[in-house]
Amino acid sequence: MNLTREEEKMLNGEFGQGTQSAIELLVAIGDAYDAEQMIPITRAHAASSGQEGDLYFVELLANGGAKCRVPTSTNPVYDIKFFHKLYKVPSYEAEVAQRVMEAYKRVGAILSWSCIPYLSENIPLFGEAVAFSESSATPYVNSVIGATTNREAAQSALAAGVVGKTPKYGLHIKENRKGTVLIKVEAALKDSFDYTLLGQFIGKRIGFGIPVLIGIMRRPSTEELINFCAMSNTSGAVPMFYIPGFTVEAQTVKEAFQGDKPRDKIIVTDAELKRTWDELQTASGKIDFVMLGCPHYTLKQVAEAAKLLERKKIHRGVSFWICTSATTKTLAEKMGYVDAIENAGGSVVVDTCIDEPCWSMYKDKVGMTDSPKCAYYRRFKDVVVAGLEDCVEAAVKGKYE
Amino acid sequence: MKNEEIRLKCHKIVGGYGEGKALVSHEPICFYLTDPKTGIVREKDHELLGKNLANTVLVFPSGKASSVVQIDGLFKLASHNLAPSAMIVKDIETVLIVSAVIAKVPLVDRLEKDPFQVIHTGDRVKVDAEKGTVTVGSCIPQS
Repeated sequence: MNLTREEEKMLNGEFGQGTQSAIELLVAIGDAYDAEQMIPITRAHAASSGQEGDLYFVELLANGGAKCRVPTSTNPVYDIKFFHKLYKVPSYEAEVAQRVMEAYKRVGAILSWSCIPYLSENIPLFGEAVAFSESSATPYVNSVIGATTNREAAQSALAAGVVGKTPKYGLHIKENRKGTVLIKVEAALKDSFDYTLLGQFIGKRIGFGIPVLIGIMRRPSTEELINFCAMSNTSGAVPMFYIPGFTVEAQTVKEAFQGDKPRDKIIVTDAELKRTWDELQTASGKIDFVMLGCPHYTLKQVAEAAKLLERKKIHRGVSFWICTSATTKTLAEKMGYVDAIENAGGSVVVDTCIDEPCWSMYKDKVGMTDSPKCAYYRRFKDVVVAGLEDCVEAAVKGKYE
Repeated sequence: MKNEEIRLKCHKIVGGYGEGKALVSHEPICFYLTDPKTGIVREKDHELLGKNLANTVLVFPSGKASSVVQIDGLFKLASHNLAPSAMIVKDIETVLIVSAVIAKVPLVDRLEKDPFQVIHTGDRVKVDAEKGTVTVGSCIPQS
């Protein structure tokens, strides 16, 4: 890779060890992809997690004196103070989370602790080159916003935020942004849960690729797009997609494929989505908890949950959780949604991801969620997956039938 | 025992040398869905369910799952000395590169022949990422 004089200096350690470790990782990635040079980025999102692999790298940078050169937001870990009041989080894991959160502060990251920062805390613009890790963030930023990012890891995104650059490869190059698979949607796609199932199905079916979706009649909502992004990029590796007419970059199918032919064509019917849903079901009957907000709930989703819980009570023995960002919760409090949820017996928790040790009290319990991603990580004994309305109904009844 | 070896060129992504018995997965892999204390794959419905990744030369099409867990998964395996001794992939992606850099597992791609054609589970495989070579010895049993 051809490095500028400043980049060479970073690599030689003249800007400190932290910056040096950061650019070393970027150079390794650039070499793997035969990138010729680095390009400047405007912002980054590091999918921090409070886990050991995360801790190792962020402390390496923080202890080496690195500071983010461009705005760099962070993913949820968990609200340590809040959960420690509830019960004892295993001490080693709590220490890891604490150290991770402190280290991100030391490198000067935006402490958004949100997995959808592209809606409020760190918003890319069309055409910006950025480095956004996190499963929903990468495809959302590429496809819905039309900025360019690769499917970054937390560490490569943080390194890019520290250096202010990323190697020029992959989705930063137009010809690599072309569609690979044509998806003909015959399913009705009634609501955001159908988009969840669509994402789950497509990711699993195509693995690594850039799907181009046709046959979608109605403009998908923000939440539907978030769900589609999160699930397709979890059950598979889908860093970008097109819905010509609704996403920004290609107005036609031909443009999305850049004149090439799709390598495959897949038809998605309601029956496929039903089968996808059936495959996710491993339990029914009595539930112990409901876990929503994977990805973090938007203000609109918190409002929907609050409305569904009006004049209702969560069943005794069932815990009801919504994970969201501090930004969203502040607004939801002002608007009365948090009170409504708490009055029904639920909780809205900030800075927290569903995949964290703070939930270990539910290890042997049966839960319910609207997110296959939440079920996928197998932190719980069993997880029923269904839409928000079903989740609320089951929380009130204490069981899912 | 028939002892045939073939040597193939490849492209280095993460340097180093590793050898072991091949474990071939036609499905993408998420390292988080392995048991960090044994190396055994525990992903439901995965073709490697119940198989042990530890110290194998793992051949697979690509990584998958959220960036957060992929790196943590491989890092934890590596810290228990249960990571694959080398990895051969078809579709490279950033998350997998970072995972391998942080866990210090040699990683190569661009084999001169389709790895799924020339490598089978159980073959003896040596990966020299520095030299850019993969050596495959077939596992034809003694007759």
